[in-house]
Amino acid sequence: MARLVILGAGIGGHTAALHARHKLGKQHEVVVITPNSKWNWIPSNIWVGVGWMKPEQVTFELAPVYAKLGISFHQAKAVSIHPEGNDKSATPYVTIEYTDPSKSGTKETITYDFLINATGPRLKFDATPGLGPTGNSLSVCTYGHASETAGVLAEMIERMRKGERKKFLVGTGHGTCTCQGAAFEYALNLEFELQKAGVRDKADITWISNEEELGDFGVGGMHIKRGGYVTHSRIFAESLFTERDLHWITRAHVQNVGENQISYETLDNEEGTADFDFAMLLPPFSGVGLTAIDRDGADITSKLFAPNGFMKVDADYTAKPYEQWKPTDWPSTYQNPDYSNIFAVGIAFAPPHAISRPMQNERGTKISPTPPRTGMPTGVMARLVAYSIADMMNGSEHPTHESSMANMGVACIASAGAGLFNGTGVTMTMYPVIPDFQRFPNTGRDLSYTSGKIGLAGHWLKHILHHAFLYKAKAKPFWRIVPE
Amino acid sequence: MSDRKPYEQSYYPPVPTRFTRHMRTNLIWQLWEFLILNIKVLRMVRKH
Ligand SMILES: Cc1cc2nc3c(=O)[nH]c(=O)nc-3n(C[C@H](O)[C@H](O)[C@H](O)COP(=O)(O)OP(=O)(O)OC[C@H]3O[C@@H](n4cnc5c(N)ncnc54)[C@H](O)[C@@H]3O)c2cc1C
Repeated sequence: MARLVILGAGIGGHTAALHARHKLGKQHEVVVITPNSKWNWIPSNIWVGVGWMKPEQVTFELAPVYAKLGISFHQAKAVSIHPEGNDKSATPYVTIEYTDPSKSGTKETITYDFLINATGPRLKFDATPGLGPTGNSLSVCTYGHASETAGVLAEMIERMRKGERKKFLVGTGHGTCTCQGAAFEYALNLEFELQKAGVRDKADITWISNEEELGDFGVGGMHIKRGGYVTHSRIFAESLFTERDLHWITRAHVQNVGENQISYETLDNEEGTADFDFAMLLPPFSGVGLTAIDRDGADITSKLFAPNGFMKVDADYTAKPYEQWKPTDWPSTYQNPDYSNIFAVGIAFAPPHAISRPMQNERGTKISPTPPRTGMPTGVMARLVAYSIADMMNGSEHPTHESSMANMGVACIASAGAGLFNGTGVTMTMYPVIPDFQRFPNTGRDLSYTSGKIGLAGHWLKHILHHAFLYKAKAKPFWRIVPE
Repeated sequence: MSDRKPYEQSYYPPVPTRFTRHMRTNLIWQLWEFLILNIKVLRMVRKH
């Protein structure tokens, strides 16, 4: 019998758990350790954040699903990894601390034969003074944050109905943020909701981000075929904003979020301020702060993790300039180079470098997006890693499945207003995620798979995906036919 | 969209014509787009 321990039950960890349980015989154990009792379909938090959905519609309790499938579940957070065991036993283990209210704070150790780290990001609101729900801005990163944001939005709408004018600020709250797509989607949904509420004329909406140009999305932008031209996503994004009367500030690092004003500096060495009544600004991400200890009790965190707290896998981490980046720098098996029984998927793995070109201003402030690891690649990695581990448990020496983000596509649908007949969605598909200028000269991407469209079809697809992924995550009959 | 003024940020990007905007919620066109979108995404999913 062997035991697979999965840290984190987000998109990556939960997908890995479902596939591993399906692949592994009952003699093997699958254990999930995650601090929340609920699973959250994070992409739909956007709809919670504008009040169109309630948190209950984007979450469900994990325990009954795991009980049904025969997966052991610990509502706890992992604290440290001991890949060599300790002086008494060479069996590797993790230490955990329960968040389950019935034994909150209790510490325990759990041994493993294989480990998947799918702990996602730490939301680093503390990187910018005043940023985040405990400061002066709002967030949609968790369903709790999104629900709070919806409450504030409802208040704003009430006040606008009474004739007040309000300033809205949406974007990224630090120069090294990622996940611009989520903020972009929120901006479009916000605009739609204000229209629907009949108060759009009372609202000024400004986008602020660390992208060099609008439409970068942390992937260096992309080219699409539109109206007989091959156009950059910058044109696409600017057009969407112009049509909706959204203003934008790009190349910006937010230095401080005051009660009603942010201050920022730009790549062009300018400094500025922007007033707001409502600010939804995403934080930068880091790893969740797991530590690693060797058999003698020495701290080996820097061996397992990159300085940003994400776990090292089979990527090429050699520091090199943008011009020398290669698609092959990106990992494909997600196996840790030092401990072959440890893997990391989704946001938890350390990318070799950014995708957008790194930049800084004359003061040395870094202002450029860090690389996104969105839901679709996360799910694919999780499935492939689960398959590899299942094969390794059955005797394979090496991971049997691989796929790099340089060979993966993504579909990102930013809903731009929810409504069965009047909603729209901005659908962007891209292949591959990591641009490959050798295979696809001039654009780095395959233009037959890379597209940008806006219309009701996108909204329908987003809506269907919401239900399909929740159905799959609940492991209902035939869940495996829903692709990642 | 409010009025576009020369030399302002919103003066330069392309904006959709009324026809383009109509097609975004035209049921027949969007059903077709939906089909194409699904085929594209499924073909991409099958690549990995
Ligand atoms: C608002 C928003 C909208 C988005 N929209 C889209 C979209 O439309 N399409 C798309 O593809 N992507 C989207 N994304 C990105 C997508 O949500 C992420 O790519 C995805 O969630 C990453 O999965 P993950 O498993 O790596 O991390 P997560 O889903 O964040 O899961 C991490 C899990 O680890 C747990 N954890 C944390 N610390 C510990 C610990 N110490 N021990 C154990 N467990 C721990 C967490 O509680 C969580 O359950 C969006 C993101 C946001 C914030």
